[in-house]
Amino acid sequence: MENEQRIGFTLNGERVRARVAARQHLGDLLRLEFGLTGVHLGCEHGVCGACTIRVDGRAVRACLMLAVQADGAAVETIEGLTESGEIADLQDAFHRRNALQCGYCTPGMLVTAAELLAETPRPSREAIREAVGGNYCRCTGYHAIVDAIAATAETRIAATAEARVAASVEPAEAGR
Amino acid sequence: MKAPDVAYARPRTLDEALALLAEHGEAAQPLAGGQSLVTSLNMRLAAPGLLVDLNGLPELTGIAEAGGVIRIGAMTRHRDLAASPLVAERLPLIAAAVPHIAHPAIRNRGTIGGSVALADPAAELPACCLALRASFVIRGLTGERRVAADDFFLGLFETAIGPGEILVAIEIPVPGADAVSGFDELARRHGDYALVGLAAQGRRDGVGLGDLRLVFFGVGDRPVLAGNAAAAVAAGGVKAAQDALAADIDPADDVAVRGATRRHLARVLLGRVLGRMTGEA
Repeated sequence: MENEQRIGFTLNGERVRARVAARQHLGDLLRLEFGLTGVHLGCEHGVCGACTIRVDGRAVRACLMLAVQADGAAVETIEGLTESGEIADLQDAFHRRNALQCGYCTPGMLVTAAELLAETPRPSREAIREAVGGNYCRCTGYHAIVDAIAATAETRIAATAEARVAASVEPAEAGR
Repeated sequence: MKAPDVAYARPRTLDEALALLAEHGEAAQPLAGGQSLVTSLNMRLAAPGLLVDLNGLPELTGIAEAGGVIRIGAMTRHRDLAASPLVAERLPLIAAAVPHIAHPAIRNRGTIGGSVALADPAAELPACCLALRASFVIRGLTGERRVAADDFFLGLFETAIGPGEILVAIEIPVPGADAVSGFDELARRHGDYALVGLAAQGRRDGVGLGDLRLVFFGVGDRPVLAGNAAAAVAAGGVKAAQDALAADIDPADDVAVRGATRRHLARVLLGRVLGRMTGEA
């Protein structure tokens, strides 16, 4: 019941500790203490989606979670997701399709898109629009963003199908 | 846009949480999913002395059916409602409402208990609970009590939860095999608070609808049970219900739209939802 607390959590795969004020939201902790400035703060009241990160595998608004609530959690930011290569194809599609201009919304947009694709391998354009509707983009007008997410879905489905074919063919070839 | 200074506690048991509320009185504020409360803190619309975080209390989670009742723990997140086969099968009204609540990242944290206890008049789940004749399980240091949905929502952000009490679960009578529900809302953008919404629950009665509960949200200071419109359905069908609705709701003008616009939208929504429920659409 203190105004300051010690917490420990996993940040992009590494165990970290911090002393935090209860009033501080998680977005500020990640930016100010850990230098993870890919966590973009826009509105700081949950509306714009720029600060969307992943906590315990789920997309959350970093501005609507207190830093102290991250105690014991697994936190992933765009920096960690980039380094692991988990969303490299999605990032590549955003790049190729020009799905960003100023880039301010992009980290949150990518986390949202990654969760959508993990849960719905082939979302309709309407479903994509609904999912990213909680992330404000004021540059591209969303069209290219929807394109990039849809293209990534198709690429992943094709890759999965190819891997399946390869797995069924390989043993026979190996036997030759 | 930064929260004021505040103390924080994460109790490990419900009794510990209740003791903290008792000790700190009005200065203490329970923290559920935080998707509205942390917003209020950041905007300095709220300045509690102590946040009592309910996220460490496993006794407040879970969805289970027993004795004709589905009990939903207050800290059940919107995402978990959406993923629950029990909710999908037995409470299609709630299953239909959840996708309208804000956006995926908000649904990942926000809870049904938080939504109900906040009692935002434009929120989906309070209206669904009222339509479904839910009962709210409220715990205090001296024991537990249940409050029927009809007696729970007392006004703007005001409920029957008293000082020092915590909402622990929502109990919903399992709708019968002949149950039918309908849900829809009108918002400028998907995920925004509804300009007008409607949660409807009833049962098939011959070609009509029986035991109909029509609950509008976004039209008053709390979810509004439209009794006149529901009675008119049985007597004269959808058109009669739309005409009778004028006696049920009286939305005020506000910065978003005029009251007359909301009234019109409610009428349109009633036609759509009843049409779907009766197969007339």
